[in-house]
Amino acid sequence: MTQRARNWLLIAPSGALLLVMLVLPLSFVFVFSFGERGPSGGYVPAFTLEQYANLPARWTAFKNTLILAPLGTLAALLIAYPLAYQLAVRTDPKWKTLLLVLVIVPFWTSILIRSYAWIYILGGQGIPALLGSIGIENVRLIYTPFAVTIGIIYGYLPLMVFPIYVALDRLDMRLLEASGDLGARPMTTFLRVTLPLSVPGVATGCMLVFILLMGEFLIPALLGGGKVFFVGNALVDLFLQSRNWAYGSAVAFTLIVIMLITVTIYMRLIARLQTGREDVAVM
Amino acid sequence: MRLYSLVVYVFLYAPIAIIALFSFNAGRHASDFQGFSIQWYGRALNNPFVMDALETSLIVAFITATLASILGTLAAVGLQGLRGPARAIFDALIYIAVMIPGIVIGIATLIALVTVFDVMNPWIENLWGDADNAPTLSMGRGSLIAAHTMFTMALVIIIVRARLGTLEQSLGEASADLYATPLGTFRQVTLPLIAPAVLAGFLLSFTFSFDDFIIAFFVAGSETTLPIYIFSSIRRGVTPEINAIGTMVMLASLVLLIVAQLILRRGDRT
Repeated sequence: MTQRARNWLLIAPSGALLLVMLVLPLSFVFVFSFGERGPSGGYVPAFTLEQYANLPARWTAFKNTLILAPLGTLAALLIAYPLAYQLAVRTDPKWKTLLLVLVIVPFWTSILIRSYAWIYILGGQGIPALLGSIGIENVRLIYTPFAVTIGIIYGYLPLMVFPIYVALDRLDMRLLEASGDLGARPMTTFLRVTLPLSVPGVATGCMLVFILLMGEFLIPALLGGGKVFFVGNALVDLFLQSRNWAYGSAVAFTLIVIMLITVTIYMRLIARLQTGREDVAVM
Repeated sequence: MRLYSLVVYVFLYAPIAIIALFSFNAGRHASDFQGFSIQWYGRALNNPFVMDALETSLIVAFITATLASILGTLAAVGLQGLRGPARAIFDALIYIAVMIPGIVIGIATLIALVTVFDVMNPWIENLWGDADNAPTLSMGRGSLIAAHTMFTMALVIIIVRARLGTLEQSLGEASADLYATPLGTFRQVTLPLIAPAVLAGFLLSFTFSFDDFIIAFFVAGSETTLPIYIFSSIRRGVTPEINAIGTMVMLASLVLLIVAQLILRRGDRT
């Protein structure tokens, strides 16, 4: 058997699986989005743009996602950066790995269980009860955009810390010393040397978190209580409750297109920010 | 700065600690601590619905991880020697598999398989002759394993390929010069070197499949996995029993994670 034939044979099973379980299903979403809803749900073949024309009916879900996903990403970044900096630059190498693992461990435990813990903390007998005991009455936290944002930060903080840590850890400390020796104040060194060199890590972290947030369902379902919902929640409703496959497919396809557009624009921006540096870490 | 880090660590672990704490609550009400008890652990372990869901989750996760690490490793090795448009298409598909939200994978698989099954079931009935006993295709463990394997296989390919990239090309050439067959080279040179990455991929796939809620929610049919059970229970109200299950699941993930770390460390040393 030739080398070439052998390579083809090796990738054949996984290629077949990708075709059947990825390409075929996604083509169904595309085709169904031009169809019509059957009398008892499901799908009837047709060629109509009606489903896309109806998209504004789910505008709130798109609006919530497009506001809270970037907001949550930014909030996670602002909280993660100082921690990643502390871990990578200011921590005794002896403890570095252990402290980093402690940040990542929660990410590998069920996001479902971790998110519902916040129902306790933000619910009536949690923080609002504590605030009530010091005289601040009637604070409502659970089932608000605030609760969803907290859940997002909590759920995805480890994913943000890790790439920033990796970028900062690779930093050549002599650059920082050189900057200081040349008379730069610590703040100037940070803004002109450390921060620009950590951009690839920041970009990777933001993109990972943003992509996952665009399809988020659990956090708004548990902490938004039906009041703050994302496109993901609309999709669950359309496919599992009202069984409107054609319209649901149009919503899903639109979500993918929005994601592709934002990610492409984002990568262009990062690449421009990094002029002269081709190696923008994507994954 | 130190204080700040401490606050973030408290933020990361307080919710987990609260769940563990309330799982030892003697009272029935979830948010009112009435003394220490381990009764909810006993209840959870004796609840047939919980045990069934756990069994389904473990079976699905194990088969998924096994298939994903085998198929993924084979593909990663095959892709090493492949160039041209086939390689580009394959890379694009892996990228799409990882980037598309899980929820879209879930609904796409649901509508595609249900539609295909609706077409195929009458055919099978005809071919079988005996309409009453003919096998019918439906959503269930099979479709769930297929969907999980597709996604986790893409992860395994990425991990194993990163490891293959760091290997010296000359090792394989030396092995061939010494008259090893390609299969012999793979078994005795390449495989031992990429084993840690394959194992990491296996554990990652297992954890992903075991913890996944959103894909299973759409494609598991009438099967209930543990995350689906937990989600529908929370919908009815948080109980100490759910906290006990959650604590056990988190503990199990932690043990798995430590095992993975130890194996990877060992692999780095050799």
